[in-house]
Amino acid sequence: MIDWIQVALLLALVLGSAPLLGRHLWQVYDNRSQPLLDGWLTPVETSLLRWVGDPGRPAEQAWDYLRPLLLSNILFGAVAFLLLLLQPAWLNPLGLPGVRWDTALHTAISFLTNTDQQHYTPEQTLSDFTQLGALQFLFFTSAATGLAVGFAFIRGLCGRPLGNFHWDLVRSITRVLLPLSLVFGLILLINGSPMTLGGPVTLRTLEGATQILGRGPVAAFEAIKQLGENGGGFYGANSAHPFENPNPFTNLLAMVAMFAIPAATIDAFGRFLGNRRQGTLLLLLVTGLFLGLAVVAIKAEQAGNPLLAPWLSGPNLEGKEVRFGAALSALFATITTGSMTGAVNAAMDSLMPLGGLVPLFNLFLQVVFGGQGTGVAYLLVFLILTVFLTGLMVGRTPELFGRKVEKAEVVYSSLILLIHPVFVLVPAAITIGFPALQGISNPGFHGVSQVVYEYASAAANNGSGFEGLGDGTVWWNLSAIVSLLGGRYLPIIALLFLAAGFSRKQPVPPSQGTLATDTGLFTVVTAVVILILGALTFFPVLALGPIAEAFSLPR
Amino acid sequence: MTSLQQPFFPRMPRGRRDQRRYTERPKTQGLLGRAIVESFRKLDPRLTVRNPVMFVVWCGTIVTVAATLEPQLFGLSKDAPGRGFNAVLAAILVFTLLFANLAEALAEGRGKAQADALRRTQARTQARRLLPNGGEALVDSSSLRKGDQVLVSSGELIPADGEVTDGVAAVDESAITGESAPVLKEAGSDVASSVTGGTLVVSDQLTIRITADPGQGFIDRMIALVEGAERSRTPNEIALTVLLAVLTQVFLIAVATLPPVAAYIGGPTPVVILVALLVALIPTTIGGLLSAIGIAGMDRVAQFNVIATSGRAVEACGDINTLVLDKTGTITLGNRLAEEFLPVGGHTEAELATVSIGASGFDTTPEGKSIVRLAEKLGASSGFDPAGATGLDFSARTRMSGTDLADGTELRKGAVDAIKGFVRSRGGQVPDGLDQAYEQVSQLGGTPLAVCRGAEIFGVIYLKDIIKPGMRERFDQLRRMGIRSVMLTGDNPITASVIAREAGVDDFIAEATPEDKIAVIQAEQRLGKLVAMTGDGTNDAPALAQANVGVAMNSGTQAAKEAANMVDLDSDPTKLIDIVTIGKQLLITRGALTTFSIANDVAKYFAILPALFGGVGLGALNLMHLESPHSAILSAMVFNALIIPALVPLALRGVAFRPDSAEELLKRNLLVYGLGGLAVPFVGIKAIDLAITSLHLI
Repeated sequence: MIDWIQVALLLALVLGSAPLLGRHLWQVYDNRSQPLLDGWLTPVETSLLRWVGDPGRPAEQAWDYLRPLLLSNILFGAVAFLLLLLQPAWLNPLGLPGVRWDTALHTAISFLTNTDQQHYTPEQTLSDFTQLGALQFLFFTSAATGLAVGFAFIRGLCGRPLGNFHWDLVRSITRVLLPLSLVFGLILLINGSPMTLGGPVTLRTLEGATQILGRGPVAAFEAIKQLGENGGGFYGANSAHPFENPNPFTNLLAMVAMFAIPAATIDAFGRFLGNRRQGTLLLLLVTGLFLGLAVVAIKAEQAGNPLLAPWLSGPNLEGKEVRFGAALSALFATITTGSMTGAVNAAMDSLMPLGGLVPLFNLFLQVVFGGQGTGVAYLLVFLILTVFLTGLMVGRTPELFGRKVEKAEVVYSSLILLIHPVFVLVPAAITIGFPALQGISNPGFHGVSQVVYEYASAAANNGSGFEGLGDGTVWWNLSAIVSLLGGRYLPIIALLFLAAGFSRKQPVPPSQGTLATDTGLFTVVTAVVILILGALTFFPVLALGPIAEAFSLPR
Repeated sequence: MTSLQQPFFPRMPRGRRDQRRYTERPKTQGLLGRAIVESFRKLDPRLTVRNPVMFVVWCGTIVTVAATLEPQLFGLSKDAPGRGFNAVLAAILVFTLLFANLAEALAEGRGKAQADALRRTQARTQARRLLPNGGEALVDSSSLRKGDQVLVSSGELIPADGEVTDGVAAVDESAITGESAPVLKEAGSDVASSVTGGTLVVSDQLTIRITADPGQGFIDRMIALVEGAERSRTPNEIALTVLLAVLTQVFLIAVATLPPVAAYIGGPTPVVILVALLVALIPTTIGGLLSAIGIAGMDRVAQFNVIATSGRAVEACGDINTLVLDKTGTITLGNRLAEEFLPVGGHTEAELATVSIGASGFDTTPEGKSIVRLAEKLGASSGFDPAGATGLDFSARTRMSGTDLADGTELRKGAVDAIKGFVRSRGGQVPDGLDQAYEQVSQLGGTPLAVCRGAEIFGVIYLKDIIKPGMRERFDQLRRMGIRSVMLTGDNPITASVIAREAGVDDFIAEATPEDKIAVIQAEQRLGKLVAMTGDGTNDAPALAQANVGVAMNSGTQAAKEAANMVDLDSDPTKLIDIVTIGKQLLITRGALTTFSIANDVAKYFAILPALFGGVGLGALNLMHLESPHSAILSAMVFNALIIPALVPLALRGVAFRPDSAEELLKRNLLVYGLGGLAVPFVGIKAIDLAITSLHLI
């Protein structure tokens, strides 16, 4: 019962905060006046823009937005890669050496793409300086890049110019990510997360053994990790570590933080469109999908493992932090994959087959609240595809938000649909096909899940993993990089071109014959299209992985 | 407004719309046989490659045939199905291809038959071309070029589309319109000067300036379109093809990445079964029917006796937001009839009737005749001596007509303010009751005609406008489809508003000029709306060209026809509404079959995956309890093949269309084609499985 109250509490907080935060986001990205902030932030923002030499003109073409995005991201990634590779002596009391080149490259790109897959153990590999300068830096820029793309896409769909990338990037940080992180970081600090540059302490445990306890600027790191949907842990144990996630209260806040910005972005979209009903319906759509998936995951974990039944009854607690228990771990897993955060408070690898299917399914759909900025964009892409499929059925050239959906929109939308399976299934098939590459720790159906999950997590820019997998190899690092980059930048390019073309279209006034998208019926249809298009592609691997594993359990 | 002045409508179509088919009925005998032959010819990969979905099936078929000839070809010694199974699968795939080809061939065949019927109206003839030096030369009609002058005499066929530059003649146009009464053609007249190739001059002689190169006339363009030869894909069709191609690639990836995964967990994946899975998943149903739907749409337009110059225009019809219609001939019957005499200024009804007969003595229009009839019914007689009298025709400038008697008496009838001006110019007074009578008639939706003798106004004739039956219902339908109708009329605003209200149009423009037509269209287009209009006169041509869909009447001028993107051979302005329906039907059919096709995949997964991986624990997914893995796969494939011919009639006929709001249409079509698409294959595959196993075919 207490578990379901947590679910209700979580939804109340997320849906309750969405309109408030959504209004703020709308003000930020629509350049509305914000009297409390403008006075002291606008000079900072404009001087930053002047510093990079951007006159601040809005983009006229998709490339105008894309060029600074790609250039800045290459620069960010290069800085992080060098820091990881060289790992200077500053703030490095343990004298940790530079990271192996392939791991450094994978890590840099993984954090650059807002994914944060970690093929290493952070507290044993990275100094505080690297954690802050390379990783936490990318936490902010990658989340800000995502938000910028998301709102550029929203502007385009609403028939406006895409905006200016640098302006969006800077304001994402100054007005959204930094203030929210500050608040959340303070709460974490109060609840016991360390915040120090004092380095690790060496202590004697109760058993009398010597232990080196990693410390660092965890509270600050943790806040943006969750809010920016990054998910890369300060510690290898991620949010199961008591320093990262001290108690059930911070656990709840972490879950809210993961959903807060994507939910608010959907609400802000409704405001941009001038049709809040549309935003609310989309929010309800993803909430519905989320609830369905969460129930499956929670039920699966609560039911426990039948293989252990002769000895152990009760929920499946393998790989779980007992402070949170089975249900809250399953809920956390559903949220972290739905929101593309990738932080974990339990071992995904130890979830029950159906409990593991839910995160995997989330990674396939990419819209159950979805990634920072990109989540709402993918959701709208599904909306475009739904409008095209069903719009024909009312006998008109399909229209969305008063503009015609024609060849260009269908081309870009279906490209986005195609990119995901390419970067998940192709490398997964290659890896599984060559036993030397696999690194599977748990052969059989579960091994399929482990490999597919790793690439799905990379391509969806999530970052969590079925961590039994031995993924610290050159092959895994390099092949995951392909999925990371392909899953991040190709959709971004397609999204921006789609939006730029769409915004230039002649608006069409709505009539009785126009298919309204802000109705309950259409929202349900969109949900079905998401499930069918999302699931049909991946149904075979789902069947051979988690579904087959579930069937193999005694009932 | 030419249509207001048009004296009468010689070719108003008669009979029920669906029974009207003036063009010779296409010969459909032997159509199926020819289509079957054609569907084999279309197996040529050079033709198949144009359709990405079916090309994947084609490649799969080759693989399966190869596996039939040599089952060990793909290196799977154990678990691979035997030669017999492969052969059956190959046969099913070939039939899938043939069925898809058949759908296209049938649609093309029907189009060709339609084209042949049209072409017969266009037999090659000899033409007498006028030479610059005044002589004439006998040439083949196919050698005529635009701008040539030809002479056509009684008993000769008109060699090509053109415009009469000299002469008056009766022309039998029954070959095109089916109307047997000959039509008068003469030079200079707006409406009667354009002639169509293939029609017969039955009296006198015409000099015609050719306006279209051979092969460029309306009929030629229609033939090319319905034959599918010149069928360029419409924008929506291209977008849909893209989506289907991408879905095909998605499934190609899903299937191609399966073998290593399956091999890892010890599940066999014989190549032929993977081919079966792929073909089942890719949208073959819509892929096979897509081009047939497009061709059949053009064909339906042709059956309505409308010539469309492009498929794009037909599709655009479905998107129309605003319909601009002339009142006369479209909303009301062309003929206004005298209903009542309203005397003013102390005159009696009888006096007014007498003067009216006098003023209408030379008026041969239906209006004029009806005035005489009504007056005679009231007992009035002509009361004037026709000898020495001269008639004055109506003109747009004077806006009145009348008779000048031999004694100099001027009898006039016409627009009320025109008559007022006339009377004042003769030094007369306007009687008090006139404006009242004018108001009264206008309020009734009638046209008031004032009548005067010399400087004295006798009263007003009430000409009643008769709204065509069923117009209100049609406009209601249009409104439900989200289409706004705008009526254009030369009437005064009061009359126009009454007619507009009675007919149920959404808006009207009174006292409209041809320039108003373009202004209305441009104003709507500035709002992003798509506008359709009908027209027939030369002064309609700019508006027809401006409109997104311009339908010219065949009775109209050559200029109007050139500017329009459709020509209605029946010259029935209300047919625009039918064309809109065809355009919508075309899109709905495509959308519905796509939805159906994709929804089918769910059931197919549940048939093939448990069959493929039953050995590794996925047997529980066999929701349909299909008999054996092989029967499951074959049942899914047979269903996949048979659903194509089963849906051919629907593709050719089009999904039933009821004018309704988008929300209602979506609900109904989702229920039928979405939920139906989910449910039908479960039932169908199970039934085929039962049939196959009970007959021990496996």
